[in-house]
Amino acid sequence: MDDKSPYFHPQYESLSQEEIKKLQLERLQKTVQHCMNSPFYKQRFDEIGLKPEDIKSLEDIRKIPFTTKQDLRETYPFGMACVPLRDCVRLHSSSGTTGNPTVILHTKKDIDEWANQVARNLWMVGLRPDDVFQNSSGYGMFTGGLGFQYGAEKLGMLTIPAAAGNSLRQIKFITDFGTTAIHAVPSYVTRLFEVMQEQGVDPRRDTKLRVLAIGAEPHSEEQRKRIEDMLGVKAYNSFGMSEMCGPGVGFECQEQNGMHFWEDYYIVEIVDPETLEPVPDGEIGELVLTTLCREAMPLLRYRTRDLTRVLGRTCPCGRNHIRLDRMRGRSDDMMVLRGVNIFPIQIEKILMQFEELGNNYLITLTTDEDNDNMTVEVELKEMFTDDYPRLQALEKEIKRRLKDEILLTPYVKLVPRGSLPVSEGKAVRVVDKRKVYQ
Amino acid sequence: MTIHQLSVFLENRSGTLVRVLQQLKVSGIQIVASSVADTGDYGILRLICSEPLRACDELKKAGIPVTLTEVFALELDNQPGAAAEVVEKLSSEGINIAYLYSFLLEGKGILILRTDDTEHTRKTINADGLKYIAEQELAERV
Repeated sequence: MDDKSPYFHPQYESLSQEEIKKLQLERLQKTVQHCMNSPFYKQRFDEIGLKPEDIKSLEDIRKIPFTTKQDLRETYPFGMACVPLRDCVRLHSSSGTTGNPTVILHTKKDIDEWANQVARNLWMVGLRPDDVFQNSSGYGMFTGGLGFQYGAEKLGMLTIPAAAGNSLRQIKFITDFGTTAIHAVPSYVTRLFEVMQEQGVDPRRDTKLRVLAIGAEPHSEEQRKRIEDMLGVKAYNSFGMSEMCGPGVGFECQEQNGMHFWEDYYIVEIVDPETLEPVPDGEIGELVLTTLCREAMPLLRYRTRDLTRVLGRTCPCGRNHIRLDRMRGRSDDMMVLRGVNIFPIQIEKILMQFEELGNNYLITLTTDEDNDNMTVEVELKEMFTDDYPRLQALEKEIKRRLKDEILLTPYVKLVPRGSLPVSEGKAVRVVDKRKVYQ
Repeated sequence: MTIHQLSVFLENRSGTLVRVLQQLKVSGIQIVASSVADTGDYGILRLICSEPLRACDELKKAGIPVTLTEVFALELDNQPGAAAEVVEKLSSEGINIAYLYSFLLEGKGILILRTDDTEHTRKTINADGLKYIAEQELAERV
């Protein structure tokens, strides 16, 4: 592979929209046929009298019923497999906090194609075999670990499976091994930076960091800019979900204007979560994905619960793979407070606009005397004043700007840096302690 | 003319004050005077101490939110009405006091104060010949 090539897979990345559609139809038909090997899909199709041969065009995908997380739970563990277990080489499972966990199986080819997607993404943002890639993401069942490991190795980088946590050791790796790129969840990146500051490490002077892949937590544009300014890097948004494989499904190119979802691997639909009808480009809806290359567990029209919108279908980078906006959060993350729909990301966006505030915040919902209330605790970046009036004015201004965004006035509490819980996996941003009335 | 005061952001929760005091103890810093007002969710702990610059660094390193503030330390004669006289001089110049606290040093009262106009206060202290303690002197007398 020539380092100068902008594409890792020129034959797929530079396809025209027409060529993409042609390839998608071929692969969709093959996938649907293959799905008949799973008792689950066979029964689903039989129930509504649908036959694989009925899929004659891409539009015909709408004849296929949606697949949901509930389906994955009900067929736990192996009810959706389309190949014998002896052909599978990997299993990832999600935590079963609500009912059964879910299981995703992979064949050898699935693992290889997954690595291909991640390698394509990392190449797209300018990483080459000379780079040193530190994966500061949880390993084990969390797909951000092995997913990026295999992808970065596929690209040919020296890859450090640093895993999450132990910030002092992370920083030692970064400086000693000349790490140029990191993958981590955004809340952990800000934590790493804070520890660097405490240790007197200046990322611009003392490290070779230049590229960050951040994902797995919804984050705002403001949060991304902060990370870029803190570390002197370019930070790219990564989208993945274990049901599809893991990371690799979508990734920003160097334009940083939406994530390319790889349409040679997936069919992307955006639907109204209520009516399940497609929404026009530019309108927000639920992301629905169909896998096109998976052997062990293909999924047809999987409802991701993530809300996003189509930004475009072409890009100055030359790729014609659909561009989606950053996730507004999962439809499951949405809070309904006094009848108002609120996403944590809306609150983050406002908080990150205040220079005085740090990166960590916690939203708590409570019921006080039959009223539901929201408390936003946010860390001060540093002690910037000796004046009560200035602190009070800051609180007031935060409240005012939050009210403009979410239409109700939360209770705002300033706390010292380091006093909110830091998590090394996905950050906990919302705690709901409300009473539920029957 | 001014001296350095430490202003520490304290969450209104048990254990936050002791964390600051313990860090100062570990760093070998002596506290000369302190003040903390009770508000709702948080307070500001204000401290006059030996080696304020080093104390500030040590607290920052320990992750405690702190800033240095310039305040005046006025020395009072040991007699009734001394404080009234000083404050009267400032107020007759239209200077507003933001906060004030005091301590005894070698039997003399010391007023720590911050005003809404540091420059004007400085001039008034000079013009009226009010006695003040500079940082160097304070360090020597503690």
